[in-house]
Formats: sequence, structure tokens, C-alpha cells
Amino acid sequence: MSEEEMMDDEVVKKFMFVNRRAPYGSIYALESLEVVLIAAAFDQDVSLVFSDDGIYQLKKGQETAGIGMKNFSPTYRALEMYDVEKLYVSKTAMDARGISKDDLIVDVEVLSDEALADLMDDQDVIFSF
Amino acid sequence: MAIEVNGKSFETDEEGYLTNLSDWEPGVAEIMAKEDDLDLTEEHWDIINFLREYYEEYQIAPAVRVLTKAVGKKLGKEKGNSKYLYALFPYGPGKQACRFAGLPKPTGCI
Amino acid sequence: MSILHTVNKSPYEKNSLDSCLSLASEGSALLLIEDGIYAALKGAAKEPQMKEAAQKMKLYVLGPDLKARGMAEDRVIEGIEVVDYAGFVDLAATHDKVNAWL
Repeated sequence: MSEEEMMDDEVVKKFMFVNRRAPYGSIYALESLEVVLIAAAFDQDVSLVFSDDGIYQLKKGQETAGIGMKNFSPTYRALEMYDVEKLYVSKTAMDARGISKDDLIVDVEVLSDEALADLMDDQDVIFSF
Repeated sequence: MAIEVNGKSFETDEEGYLTNLSDWEPGVAEIMAKEDDLDLTEEHWDIINFLREYYEEYQIAPAVRVLTKAVGKKLGKEKGNSKYLYALFPYGPGKQACRFAGLPKPTGCI
Repeated sequence: MSILHTVNKSPYEKNSLDSCLSLASEGSALLLIEDGIYAALKGAAKEPQMKEAAQKMKLYVLGPDLKARGMAEDRVIEGIEVVDYAGFVDLAATHDKVNAWL
């Protein structure tokens, strides 16, 4: 059986990844990104939510040479090629932190808490990082 | 583990991937290919160079599916298919070509 | 005597900054490092609290940590001084002790 035929038999589920941590102070953001890429490789319906400090992961202009860590923010721009196109950010989180859509490295949809709650209700599986 | 290229030693992990991406030089790919009984042609180098550029831009080694699509866009439709890429890299364009290019193993590759 | 406080946690995730500010005495210094730098930014919810703190103590933020997180120096609240690693060392050396809030 070819790879594609096998895929047809698979059940596609709605996976949501909720990202709530800043990028370099802990390993959560990077780990989440890795899991997202793996889920995408299995042709699942993937949504990403960035709320609380998670919105900092998408900040433009990260330059990590000075802290000796890998800058993984460019990888968010590759998500589209993995057919991960549903990126949502929390308006509440942006407002509290003085961050606007223009500050972000990728195109996102800004949602209210209410809209995020509805979206969450609609998922099969939710991973929180 | 390590491989020797022109008297210089390059550290690799247990699966043969270069530990430090920045260590890479073309000789590394040549030696790795020789160990896999492969002669690198211009077509191989197109893919290896493409992978290095991709990594530079996105900081990841692309999954095969993504690589195939991206190669098609950049190098033409006749090269953007798995038949072409597997013919060049029989152990898998993701795994083998990434290894030659000094990249880590693609995320999601088991 | 004079203490250098360091805070390395985001003020929006942990209460380290709040605890530090309520216990820091007048004339002490606070250096924001790692995720602590998010407290130093203009237009954010913590700005009023930081401006008030600047009245009683000297505030610093570590430049390389700002840069890593994509925050340009012009987003830093006026009155908070940006220092590099050498500046961090100087601060540690010129204060009697360091209190690292985790």
C-alpha cells in the first residue's frame, strides 16, 4: 500500500495546541512546536492558539546570539508549508502586553476570549504547553 | 561518533547526523555519500544546497512531504516528486539528504 | 545596605516581580533578566507599577535578553536603563549582596 492510500484510512481529528509560555525562559514553546510539526506530518487538523505569554513566541525580530540559544521563531513561518494554517492569538493577552498584530512574525487571527472558548469546545484533542 | 574529512574530525550523533550544523563543509557530504556507496552529482548538490538554504531560513529540516513541495516550487515540477528524490537519495530524501547537508534528522521522521 | 535584586520570571506568569517590589527597600536596585524583561516594556499592563518603582529604586534591564526576545530598546519604559553582561557584573560588584528572585 502506498503512503497516500494508508493516509486515507486514517481518522482525521481536530488537534489544538495551546501555547501560554514565553519562548526562552522554559522549554515549553520549543517542545510544543516540535509536537505540532509531528502532528502535521500525520495529516491531522491542527490549530494553534497563542495566549498569555505564549504570544511572545511570535514576536518579530528575535536575535538570540547574545544568550547562546537557538532562535526557533523562523520555524513558525514554515508552518504554512506543513498545512498548519490556523493560528489564533488572544486579544486579551495582546492588549495586556502592549503587543499588536504588526509585532508578529506570522499572519494570525486575533480572537476574543469568548471566541477562543468556542473554538476549544470544537476540538477533539487539546494539548496545553 | 565522528567522521574524518581531509584529516579533520567532525562529530556526529549515533545516527550519523552532524552534531554542529556550522561545522559542515562540502567534503562532509562527499565522505557520507561514499560510505553510502553514492556518487554525488550536480542533481544531488541541488538538493543538498536547497536543504541548507531551507534550514538557514526556517531553522528546521523539512519533512519529506514539505521538501517535495518546496523543491517543486524552486527547482521545477519534474524534480518536485518523491520518485525523483528517492532515485537520488535511496535511503530517503528526508533522512539521507539532510544528513549529507549537515542538518538534523527531520522532525517527525521516525 | 544596598541590595541588587534580579527577577528572571515574566510578571504575567509569576508573582516574583510583585513580591520583589513589595519587599525592596528604597535605594536598592532591580535588574530584569531572562523572561523578567517583559516587565520593562512600554504600553503593557505592568508599566504603571514599574514607573512607580522607578521613584524609589534604580531599574535596569539586560540588553541581550531584550534582543533575544525581539524587543527593541525603544520599547523600554523611560527610567529603566539597558545594561550588557559587563554592566550586570558591575552591578553585582557594586552592591553588597544579590537577591535573585526565582
